[in-house]
Amino acid sequence: MKYILLMTGTKTGVDTYRAWSEKDIRAHFAFLTRLSQELTESGEFVATAPLGPPEQAKVVRVGQGGAPVTDGVFPESKEFLLGYWIVDVESPERAYEIAAKLSGGPGPGGTRLSMPIEVRQMMTPHTAELP
Amino acid sequence: MSAPSSEGGCEHLLRELAPQVLGAVIRRFRDFSVAEDAVQEALLAAALQWPREGLPENPRAWLIQVAARRVTDHIRQEVARRRRETEAAQEADTVAPAFEIGSDPYQDDTLVLLFMCCHPALSEASAIALTLRAVGGLTTAEIAKAFLVPEATMAQRISRAKQSIRSSGVPFRMPTSEERTQRLRAVMHVLYLIFNEGYVASAGSQLQRLDLTREAIRLTRMLHHLVPEESEVAGLLALMLLTDARRAARTGPAQELIPLSRQDRSLWDVGEISEGIVLLTAALPKGSVGPYQLQAAISAVHSEAARAEDTDWPQILALYELLKRMSDNPMVMLNHAIAMAMVRGPAAGLELLDELDRDGRLAGHHRLPAVRAHFLEMAGDTEGAVTHYRIAAGRTASQPEQVYLLTQAARLSKPDVDNPPPHVPA
Repeated sequence: MKYILLMTGTKTGVDTYRAWSEKDIRAHFAFLTRLSQELTESGEFVATAPLGPPEQAKVVRVGQGGAPVTDGVFPESKEFLLGYWIVDVESPERAYEIAAKLSGGPGPGGTRLSMPIEVRQMMTPHTAELP
Repeated sequence: MSAPSSEGGCEHLLRELAPQVLGAVIRRFRDFSVAEDAVQEALLAAALQWPREGLPENPRAWLIQVAARRVTDHIRQEVARRRRETEAAQEADTVAPAFEIGSDPYQDDTLVLLFMCCHPALSEASAIALTLRAVGGLTTAEIAKAFLVPEATMAQRISRAKQSIRSSGVPFRMPTSEERTQRLRAVMHVLYLIFNEGYVASAGSQLQRLDLTREAIRLTRMLHHLVPEESEVAGLLALMLLTDARRAARTGPAQELIPLSRQDRSLWDVGEISEGIVLLTAALPKGSVGPYQLQAAISAVHSEAARAEDTDWPQILALYELLKRMSDNPMVMLNHAIAMAMVRGPAAGLELLDELDRDGRLAGHHRLPAVRAHFLEMAGDTEGAVTHYRIAAGRTASQPEQVYLLTQAARLSKPDVDNPPPHVPA
């Protein structure tokens, strides 16, 4: 079963991250790379992507005549999606385990972060068991 | 040399030969992992060469020879590497006696290979991947695409599976007669899972994806030829054919699910149905009737009804009663409840659902409220039915099922004379 793990944060949180030391940023990046490698080795990795900065985020709705209407300067407290991981695992518990690992990546000075990770099962085109 | 009839014919031949070649190479070199890689390379070489240059005189011997050469190369490299590392030559015991291409242990080899790939020590995902590659002769890329995961991920699943086989020390030989039943059950389970994985509602996605349903049928057919006396294998093959026969009728133009009771039965594949029924008719009198034969028999009863209202529900109920006695499976209890409701009315069905509530194993599963909704609808409790269809829709992880359940709720909250209620839930 496939799960998507969604990492969210605020603009303020992202600003804090940008002020990390070089060493901390490198350590965090290495942690993310290693996690993807581990998931590939365990046969569970499907996809991951970091998302562009929240400053560029736009909410689009359809306007008169079908033209896009964008909305874009958001308050500091708004939650943004920062990135996602898709994994193919044997159980929901395993998805939570991976999410916990992701949540506890290294923060400033090697402290352990506790990022909120939303875990959602991905719907399948499959239907129930036979017959 | 002779030209293969077509590229498709060549591919078919390669896939037939793959397990036989692999079996022969493992028998000689006793290293599953190395042999498997070598056979994949040989298959690739053949796929490139044969359509261009024509089939070799003896395709099987050709593949065995090419694969064996690759293994020998690999062993030489390994030995050289070890020699560099330890300065000690250890090649003496690495090479086993040559194989006899003349004899015919290939049939048995294919069976041993299946037992090995579906070993209970492997996780389901690993066993599926390894079976498709080693026995099915598919490439890692094809398998990865079929399961919608990256090739690197699938390659790791396969290599982990091979490692598990190596570390568990499973010998390359036929299981003992005591082990055989249990191991055969594991093989059938893996084939069933492959079939189920392929049995998707979305026809669009199948255009780019390998047809796992057909592959499962092909492998099960092969297994049936290897062990024709095993009636459960015949039952499994019959079940797959009878189920696959309804594929075209199972979804509408927008890929929406169509329940059995409302399918256009003229779309059912008559060829697959009659093959399934012939298999089943031959298997059932052999005595050892197991769950696959019973499920196939239930499917056959549905197939024999020209219209949904002609379905012989008392017979289906009797078959589910047998199945229930045989396996302690809550899904079987649920299907039994459906048959009960069709024979004795919704109240009898609802009573059995209460039993399943107390049982607890289906707690949180969407099919329990879906079936309850259907029974409530049959009993005239529209409001209760709508509530439970919606509960079920909130629990399923299958998008076509969710759409189906929501449209059932919608149909009842706004009566529609053009859409009569279904006879059985999806």
